[in-house]
Amino acid sequence: MEISSLLLKVVFAVVMIVVVMTLAGYSVLIERKVSSWVQGRVGPNRTAIPWIHAIPVLGPFLTKLGIFQPLADGLKFLFKEEITPGHVNKVYYYLAPVIALVPALTTMVVIPFGQYTHPDTGVTHSLMLAPLDIGILFIFAVSSLGVYGVVLAGWSSNSKYSFLGSIRSSAQMISYELSMGLSVFPLLLWLNAPGVEGGLGLTAIVNYQENVWFIFIQPLSALLFLVAIFAETNRLPFDMAESETDLVGGFHTEYGCFKFGIFFVAEYAHIVIGSAVFALLFLGGWHFLPGIADPWPAGWLGAVLSTVWFLIKILALIVFFVLIRWTIPRFRYDQVMQLGWKVLLPLAIGNLILNAAILAFIDSP
Amino acid sequence: MAETKIVERKPLSLSERTYLPQIASGLKTTVSHIFKPSVTLQYPEERPPIPEGYRGVPTLVKDPNGREKCVSCQLCEFVCPPRAIRITPGEIVEGDEHEHVEKAPQEFEINMLRCIYCGLCQEVCPEEAIFLQDVYSLSGYSREELVNNKEKLYELGGTLPDEHFKWDKKKAAEEAALAGSHH
Repeated sequence: MEISSLLLKVVFAVVMIVVVMTLAGYSVLIERKVSSWVQGRVGPNRTAIPWIHAIPVLGPFLTKLGIFQPLADGLKFLFKEEITPGHVNKVYYYLAPVIALVPALTTMVVIPFGQYTHPDTGVTHSLMLAPLDIGILFIFAVSSLGVYGVVLAGWSSNSKYSFLGSIRSSAQMISYELSMGLSVFPLLLWLNAPGVEGGLGLTAIVNYQENVWFIFIQPLSALLFLVAIFAETNRLPFDMAESETDLVGGFHTEYGCFKFGIFFVAEYAHIVIGSAVFALLFLGGWHFLPGIADPWPAGWLGAVLSTVWFLIKILALIVFFVLIRWTIPRFRYDQVMQLGWKVLLPLAIGNLILNAAILAFIDSP
Repeated sequence: MAETKIVERKPLSLSERTYLPQIASGLKTTVSHIFKPSVTLQYPEERPPIPEGYRGVPTLVKDPNGREKCVSCQLCEFVCPPRAIRITPGEIVEGDEHEHVEKAPQEFEINMLRCIYCGLCQEVCPEEAIFLQDVYSLSGYSREELVNNKEKLYELGGTLPDEHFKWDKKKAAEEAALAGSHH
């Protein structure tokens, strides 16, 4: 009994990793495809697997969509010549991509991605790997460790471009972490308001949004969190890490082939997890629409449907990430700092105090 | 003294300073681009139209009678700045249909690794036998593959219309003179 349940956990974990990694890989494809459409191009459209391409209508359609492109990219990363510059600190140089990937993949254990209603008892469970009561704190704590990968990569590369890039992006990531944490506090205040069954778990947050999503109750929080997520994932307009005009490649200038690939996957895994957290916190998680909470039937079908709906939300957010990339130009570094410390942080604190005051007013007899 | 005109810059309104309406309208523009048809050319399948007088790969051409126009005068070889052209002159064998023509190249090579597409060979050719045509994409797996020999050059060049028929006229004149001497 003990061993079988342990084995089941391992299987679930592997499935989760596979899903998140695949999502990360295919969000690269989403990025390339949507970018090409925005720019009036066609994008990847000719990578084909022979026997799938031979299927009459479907095959060429999939090829045109570029479905097989991530496979080709991965293979290319695998078979490229492995280059290690002679002037680097080897141990930390190899450690950095791993450290960058680990937090991105660790945060996913506390992310609930759907719900399962027991057909007989009617009790609803959320589907997640580790039902932690402090889910959101765990995510903040672990995802901030991603900075170490960046710093280590930049420092061990022994190159000025890498070093400056890593310093810049670590300063940025740490600055935005503050407003990110503060922007979520009002949610937790409301969640633990008098008369509400509270907690810090993500399931509680999602269930609180059964009727109205948090993006409508707390639009300012949502905006702040969104901006912070963009900065945390080093996406444009905050991609200080690799602004190639002044830093060549940023902290991964000296990295090639699969080591660079791991950085790449980590970045996209970050985006996937960030989108998932945003969907959980502000878009009602797996709940269908505001007002229509759970049209999902009991049993496994409902579980699958709710998970798919959650995935659709994540994909929509990833597309949004890509669209923003082609909308806003990159900030100058001092503008990034100014926005982070002089605008976002005061706004987050003000929002927190305002919500606390409202709650105190409600609570006072 | 030029008059300096100072343009007053309007201070940004509050909505502009928050950036958000601007970002929203920018997003609208971005999204609208998704639904526009793509403007790129799918290169190997679709080729752009080549303008008249384009200087692509140099080629040798035949006249409408199917005769090689080159007489291996070697002017192009001499004028070629990167020395990409190499001609081995050859005689025209006795009894040939084109016996009246001076000479013909035995071998004609253009090294496309050296060619700079300057067009001087076309400019200098007295026979209008060498033309830079609209072939612009050539590649090969070895250096040898990129040395175009005579056969390849004629294959690329094909036949172009000829207005002069210089050697036909010479032949006609010779025949006329020969016929005249009988009188």
